[in-house]
Amino acid sequence: MAAKPAHGQARAPINKTCKIFIGGKFPRTESGRYYLFSNNSESAPYTANICRSSRKDFRNAVVAARAAQNGWATASAYLRGQILYRIAEILEGRREQFASELKLQGASTRQANSEVDASIDRLVYFAGWSDKYQQIFSTVNPVSSSHFNFSVLEPSGVVAVLSPECDPMQFGLLALVSNIAPVIVGGNTCVLLAEETHPLTAISLAEVLQASDVPGGVVNILTGSKSELVDFFASHKDVNCIVHSEANNANSTRIQQLASENLKRVVQRPVAQWHGETMQNPYLIKDTQEVKTTWHPIGS
Amino acid sequence: MSDAHNTLKFDTGWQYAPAPESTDHVRIDKKYGLFINGKFTAPSQGKYFTTSNPATQERLSRIAIAGKSDVNRAVKAARKAYENVWSKMPARERAKYIFRIARGLQERAREFSVIETMDGGKPIRESRDVDIPLAAAHFFYYAGWADKLEYAFPGAGVKSLGVAGQIVPWNFPLLMAAWKIAPALACGNTVVLKPAETTSLTALKLAELIQDIGLPPGVVNIVTGAGATGAALVDHPDVNKIAFTGSTAVGRSIMHSIAGTEKKYTLELGGKAANIIFADAPVDQAVEGVVNAIFFNQGHVCCAGSRLLVQESVADELIHKLKERMHTLILGNPLDKNTDIGAINSRAQLDKINSYLKIGKNEGGNMFQAPCTLPSKGYWCPPTIFTDMAQSNRLVQEEIFGPVLAIQTFRTAAEAVTKANNTPYGLSGGVWTDKGSKIFKVTSALKAGVVWANTFNKFDPTSPFGGYKESGIGREGGAHGLSAYLAMEVNHGR
Repeated sequence: MAAKPAHGQARAPINKTCKIFIGGKFPRTESGRYYLFSNNSESAPYTANICRSSRKDFRNAVVAARAAQNGWATASAYLRGQILYRIAEILEGRREQFASELKLQGASTRQANSEVDASIDRLVYFAGWSDKYQQIFSTVNPVSSSHFNFSVLEPSGVVAVLSPECDPMQFGLLALVSNIAPVIVGGNTCVLLAEETHPLTAISLAEVLQASDVPGGVVNILTGSKSELVDFFASHKDVNCIVHSEANNANSTRIQQLASENLKRVVQRPVAQWHGETMQNPYLIKDTQEVKTTWHPIGS
Repeated sequence: MSDAHNTLKFDTGWQYAPAPESTDHVRIDKKYGLFINGKFTAPSQGKYFTTSNPATQERLSRIAIAGKSDVNRAVKAARKAYENVWSKMPARERAKYIFRIARGLQERAREFSVIETMDGGKPIRESRDVDIPLAAAHFFYYAGWADKLEYAFPGAGVKSLGVAGQIVPWNFPLLMAAWKIAPALACGNTVVLKPAETTSLTALKLAELIQDIGLPPGVVNIVTGAGATGAALVDHPDVNKIAFTGSTAVGRSIMHSIAGTEKKYTLELGGKAANIIFADAPVDQAVEGVVNAIFFNQGHVCCAGSRLLVQESVADELIHKLKERMHTLILGNPLDKNTDIGAINSRAQLDKINSYLKIGKNEGGNMFQAPCTLPSKGYWCPPTIFTDMAQSNRLVQEEIFGPVLAIQTFRTAAEAVTKANNTPYGLSGGVWTDKGSKIFKVTSALKAGVVWANTFNKFDPTSPFGGYKESGIGREGGAHGLSAYLAMEVNHGR
């Protein structure tokens, strides 16, 4: 499918099959289903058969995320920071590919370039936090009894992320990066559902992740229908936390109701201008962390 | 294992003489109304319930049942106090009122302790040495935060939420009220608090104290009643924050029922903590730790060490010593200063515990109970342990909230961690070993919010408390506990 060769052109381009990303591998959906992406252009039409992921794909992705979680959480903060920085490096090298995909998803050339810039910079920003947020949020607690007592952050575990719907000024890369980076820099693994109308950049970002030494299963990316999958994301018993940007509507209500089954943490991000400075701060990392407090007697 | 060399002898013939705490200085009214807008008022439907002493079954007082309209009155009073007084008051002035509450509690500590023990059944030694001093300490700690909040969350832009609806359990009635009220007030919120049905008295005495120290009316309101009163508070549309401590089942239903609202929530729920004892642990200290972990407050503790995982090579010795130690526990009059084990909080809770004893036996567990004489009146359960338990047993998986310990063994640290983490809960845990590196390895691997190494059941206002997984959401205590009562600009007001 996809871009058709213009008449008179000698060479027909090779178009990429759009896949999903589970456990570091690129399968098509187990369901065999697809939905059609189109750039709605008459002059340069582009279409792609995007995987319409199933509940089973999601479950497989959670299994992969769970399997990867402990290893990722126990990797050194230094290493996690280096890997996030590596994602930025690889993305920088593929900026033209992402810019062209952003344009297929509706961006102008200027908008596309600006979104790629901001996405790379955001990865670098969060990469730098990897070995610092713990120092900001940990405490040594001066208890009255003769004990040494300290509190540290630990990752929540497996985080399900519903990619936010793109506002008219954003086209499907910055929001992805802004949602993934603070989750994984803190040692969580995640399963992300790409925004339905902006799947191309999500699929290509998976390829960047795979080329960036991100261990398989740390980030898993599905494409498909949010209305079909949202219940599974919110109700899965082996998911510790769900991050979403649904405004207060039926979806956000439903998410919290289903999440209550296993006391899943619900992190509701604002429907935001992802370009804004307020969308990068260490509190976004803390959102998907737990506080663990340890006591030990002081004595002989 | 019971050779003469390591067997303690208790047959000395010596007995403890009774040492009851006096109750003549304690004032309990015949009847309590609802504390709304700084005054005790009658409930709109005129209904009251009886609160009694679980150790004697004697009636202590009659307590108002708040209906929907009463809860509404309380929320309105809290809203008005928030808008007109509390949110406008300079933070350092807010702090002074909270300091006054702390001082007042210290000054009236003995009366609070005695009432806590009479109403709830816990040993006076615990209410006198733990519950009440810690409650005062919580107010002291958070009072000091009131004018320093921006330093707790640098760059975040914090502000108060509004009206906090708070529901507390019956196991640490005043202490849990302090955990809830102190940070809420320090952060500039006003409060509607609902105590547990069986233990409302110390919250109402706190209301008297709040009147006496001159806290502006409506800043703290206390509505009494059962589940329906709590539900009315949770569902009230003008409440900005719900803080709940209690069972996982109720916590889940609260989270469900406030879905779709802007209400923030913190939930402190159940637990099934494992105390892990390695072969290299100091055995006698570990035995004391196990006793404190499961028999403190009759096991009515959400973070109780209700499971014991003991390394196989020392299991026989440790269990032998534990049984011996259990022989010495004194069960009886909670007002007696020598009492270790008080009364079970209510008939309903005793029934629940007894049903679990039956379940444990049916599951093939081997039950041992401390040989003690139970008083003829009141609700009692002797300290109980079960050996030969399997991971899938209900006694290993479910919270009992009583003095019942399920014991399993393990061979490797990895096995201990796997077993410890293998319940839906994740509130607390314990590790006993003399090896420092092992402590760090195991405490890091436990999925629990509070881990005690070579100690157990320690609490402090500066120390965050709260669970992983189905043990709840959020933290109370310490600087981390402030975020439960603040909105952040960087988080777009959430």
